[in-house]
Amino acid sequence: MAAPAQILLENVSHVYRPVRGREVLALDQVSLQVANREFVALLGPSGCGKSTLLYLIGGFLPVEAGSITVDGKKVTGPGPDRGIVFQHFALFPWKTVRGNILYGLERQGMPKAEREKRAQDFIELVGLHGFEDSYPSQLSGGMKQRTAIARTLAFDPAILLMDEPFGALDAQTRGLMQAELMRIFQRTPKTVIFVTHDVQEAVYLADRVAVMSARPGRIKTIVDTKFDKKAENIFKERVFVEKVDEIWHLVREEAIKAQGRRST
Amino acid sequence: MRTLIRYLPLALLAAAWEAAARLHLVSSLALPPLTDVIGSWIELIRDGELLVNGLASLYRAAVGLALAVVVGALLGVMMAWFRPANTLLSPLVEIFYPLPKSALIPVTVIWLGFGDGSKILLIFLGCMLPVTIGAFNGARGSEQVLVWSARSMGASRLRMLWDVVLPSAMPELLNGIRTALALSFILLVSSELIVAQKGFGYLIGSLGANGSYDAMYAVVLTVAFLGFAADRLYLALTRRALAWRYDT
Repeated sequence: MAAPAQILLENVSHVYRPVRGREVLALDQVSLQVANREFVALLGPSGCGKSTLLYLIGGFLPVEAGSITVDGKKVTGPGPDRGIVFQHFALFPWKTVRGNILYGLERQGMPKAEREKRAQDFIELVGLHGFEDSYPSQLSGGMKQRTAIARTLAFDPAILLMDEPFGALDAQTRGLMQAELMRIFQRTPKTVIFVTHDVQEAVYLADRVAVMSARPGRIKTIVDTKFDKKAENIFKERVFVEKVDEIWHLVREEAIKAQGRRST
Repeated sequence: MRTLIRYLPLALLAAAWEAAARLHLVSSLALPPLTDVIGSWIELIRDGELLVNGLASLYRAAVGLALAVVVGALLGVMMAWFRPANTLLSPLVEIFYPLPKSALIPVTVIWLGFGDGSKILLIFLGCMLPVTIGAFNGARGSEQVLVWSARSMGASRLRMLWDVVLPSAMPELLNGIRTALALSFILLVSSELIVAQKGFGYLIGSLGANGSYDAMYAVVLTVAFLGFAADRLYLALTRRALAWRYDT
């Protein structure tokens, strides 16, 4: 990558310390550079530490070994320069769709009229018109995740961290949401780190896919997946299928290793 | 209509009461006829006794309960979120919780005298712990990802407590307050029965001592009804406050 790195991870290691049981090395010397407005997917078997890596970048967990910098500054805690979207939406259940989207804008100190307008714009952007006053408990999974995405995009973080955002959705909804995310990012480009275990999803969305090894998590390979994805039947295009195949084999090896280790 | 049918057993009980007294199945000293009790109630309203004493009682209960809710909720959230607060306070809560608070009636009187102060203190002490425990359990159950979300949107730690932890704790907190509400009536009347110069408990005690049993029953029924009404009203308010939990 020629562009200067916006997010720089150097030799990041992380140890899980469960209340009971022994310590586990979750991440081992992970280094990664992500350029401005680049979309990187973190792909790997479950338990490879990919979500942990995301939480470290988000500043939710302390960086104990190695370093993480964003725009040259060390990450020491969460901040509105890094928005996050979680697998299980993490909407405030006591706030309506509008209330959830307004929250970040309020915290940024945006004037009332301006934030009302901005919230409405993002409600329209994710197609939730007519559901502004619904509570999360009244929404479908897809609608909840649209709300969560709108909430995070609305306060305009330079970086978007996504933790298996479509993992809790059914296959049809997931496909729709992926296409929608592509459409949204064409209008509001972001630097994105996207955690998933879905190879197709990773290849479809990302410019690069970082394949992670089973525990302890390391970055095994980085595969370039930047090619024209605008075709109608992109999932059947040769270049797409080959990329998926290549990455799928890499992940499969790790999944087998992870399974083997668990059974011994 | 459904409400009427639901409370039909109450009407039956009232009829049985009236019949038992009128037919002299029980001594009218022990149980004066309900109609006489109602007559005395009207009398008590007319001469203002019930109102004066009732307002004194409600004032004590309201102030004591309000203090208990504010301090109790604050302590509960602090205990859930700051380890030192938990270390310091949890043994105190454990020891103080099972103590029958009515045992403190003489103590509060020694401290604050016969007036409002001792009643308010007793109600505050007695009602605080259920609120604290509700707030503590609720606050501890607040979801990590909600906390993280708020923090990543620019909420400070203190702001996050107010915006995320408190609303997360709300269902359990409101339950704790309901318990406290019932306790406040119990503590109010028992403290006023023992030492007071006005209030519902005082009125019940002095009417009983004078042998005006039908008037005494009138006050007892008034307190019972107020307790019931307060609980119903509270439940309705709770349901509104927690509307977000229910699909509509």
